[in-house]
Amino acid sequence: MSTPQTLFEKVWDAHVVRAAEGEPTLLYIDLHLVHEVTSPQAFEGLRLAGRKVRRTDLTFATIDHNVPTTADERFVIKDQIAAQQIATLRKNCEASGIPLFDIGSGRQGIVHVIGPELGLTQPGKTIVCGDSHTSTHGAFGALAFGIGTSEVEHVLATQCVSQQKPRSMRISVTGTLPEGTTSKDLILDIIRRLGTDGGTGYVIEYAGQAVRELSMEERMTVCNMSIECGARAGMIAPDDTTFKYLEGRPYVPQRAAWEEAVVRWRNLTTDEGASFDREITLDGTKLEPIVTWGTNPGMSVPVTTAVPDPQDARDASERAAMLAALEYMGLQPGTRIEDVTLDRVFIGSCTNGRIEDLRAAARVIRGHKVHSGVDVLVVPGSEAVKQAAEREGLDRIFKAAGAQWREPGCSMCLGMNPDILAPKQRCASTSNRNFEGRQGRDGRTHLVSPATAAAAAVAGHFVDVRGWEYRS
Amino acid sequence: MQPIKKHRGVVAPLHRENIDTDQIIPKQHLKRIERTGFGQFLFFDWRYHPDGRDREDFVLNQADYRNATILVAGKNFGCGSSREHAAWALGEFGFRVILAPSFADIFRNNAGNNGLLVIELPEAIIQRVADNADQHRPYHLSVDLEAQVIADDFGLSEKFEVDPFRRHRLLNGLDEIGMTLAHEADIARYESLHSS
Repeated sequence: MSTPQTLFEKVWDAHVVRAAEGEPTLLYIDLHLVHEVTSPQAFEGLRLAGRKVRRTDLTFATIDHNVPTTADERFVIKDQIAAQQIATLRKNCEASGIPLFDIGSGRQGIVHVIGPELGLTQPGKTIVCGDSHTSTHGAFGALAFGIGTSEVEHVLATQCVSQQKPRSMRISVTGTLPEGTTSKDLILDIIRRLGTDGGTGYVIEYAGQAVRELSMEERMTVCNMSIECGARAGMIAPDDTTFKYLEGRPYVPQRAAWEEAVVRWRNLTTDEGASFDREITLDGTKLEPIVTWGTNPGMSVPVTTAVPDPQDARDASERAAMLAALEYMGLQPGTRIEDVTLDRVFIGSCTNGRIEDLRAAARVIRGHKVHSGVDVLVVPGSEAVKQAAEREGLDRIFKAAGAQWREPGCSMCLGMNPDILAPKQRCASTSNRNFEGRQGRDGRTHLVSPATAAAAAVAGHFVDVRGWEYRS
Repeated sequence: MQPIKKHRGVVAPLHRENIDTDQIIPKQHLKRIERTGFGQFLFFDWRYHPDGRDREDFVLNQADYRNATILVAGKNFGCGSSREHAAWALGEFGFRVILAPSFADIFRNNAGNNGLLVIELPEAIIQRVADNADQHRPYHLSVDLEAQVIADDFGLSEKFEVDPFRRHRLLNGLDEIGMTLAHEADIARYESLHSS
């Protein structure tokens, strides 16, 4: 009998190129995703050293961070520095033979949305990208993590990364999530409990009935935000939900090869008796909709409660952090979350910009009008998501309610394109980071699920979406 | 990569936990295609008023800290985005060493790949260094990577741990890609066993 292994160990072990005492492991990479912001210096480094891209067949690029989301501007970018960065990616892809899913190709989109929807993301693969939210792809049972630009250059040149083996953690969520709560609420709740550095040095496997019951889109939301508690990666064992999502997608194996792949992928589960460095169990049936009130994703509370009081902080440094966050956010301790009014709502990003997220938001907004004081931006995660949404008529629901229906990209999640908050504007956002200035200097971000964001767009303030009046 | 063996410099304190890479360098400054030109944007929103004037209350704008080469900060330094621009901006400003109770994983790698030494020490020692940097202006610290010791002129002397491989690379300024390519035979063997 071989030693029981975790899902993470199985994927890690299958990719070890070289392991030597006192050195990091050299790990082979099956899929390298590239975008315009973190790659130009890597390609330049290769050129200066006279090196070539080793595996152009395992490297794919798209344009997402900088791209404007209005139909006219996305092809004629006014920001000259952004335009140059995009032009540089095109040049680099062309020169090195890397496929580029360019704007207007029908396949462009946020790198973590298009990887899965094209079927590039598959169980058991090692996946890297110069972007911290690469953890998203772990939802398929892949080992996926973000890297810096020097490492991007390293992968381009060697198809390997040099890594210390992370520790392992399992978070098991029991029961079924209550109606009106989502996987976004679940991961925000996990980050709240673990803290923004509770996962540092770990790969987290999410397990338990509540996780098994999640759709692929919902699983991606959970794995996506693993980095927000510091984890190297998040993973979920592949199952029939995974295989059903992937079957027939452009880059997955076809016919007999598909059947063989599924047989192989079914082994990618944590063996009975395998041990983790840390184990946590949560009761999923107690989950409530969560809203962040502060300036990191761990600063959150259930929507039914109030802004916390720094007096209740555990220690002096937490108190200082809370005071600074309240000051920045313009909030008073004790204010009910449902009394917090909003100026903007952003629905999109690699966390919640997929078709199911848009369906969830549209279901809430349908038949209602967006509040007169709120400017609502809906940004599909990819060109394919946009097309699918339009086929279903979701765009018409958003537009009829008074929301703006935009072109795909990262958009206001990080505001590298023209979509930013004005100073002191308050935004309910389905994205992943509420750091100071993230969506625009002095902008105030509250992270929520798509359903909660949509309800806030209609009400003009946060509401508990569990009591929502759905219209047809 | 510039090697680092021994370094003596002025310490600047940042009394904050969870300093994320969005604070180290905000997104509007990530559009350059070069590795240089980021130092001017370091801690942009904390360092400058919206109209571009210096914020005098920010530590790096104060005369005693302008030439700092060692930064001391709270736990989970460098969390958030993978942007290596954060490490480039810190390096270009003049920082060679960062001390904190803990660092985010990706930032730690990025720092190591740019000759920036990150030193993890217990919270009490970090607090002492930060307090000293507040009181004795300018406060100097000597960092010896070979001996793995930090010391000041007031009797503080602390041993620190560092990953041996990273230490080797920093001491010798070694390029990781070159080191990996020395294992070409291993990579080729892996590829031949796994070609589908």
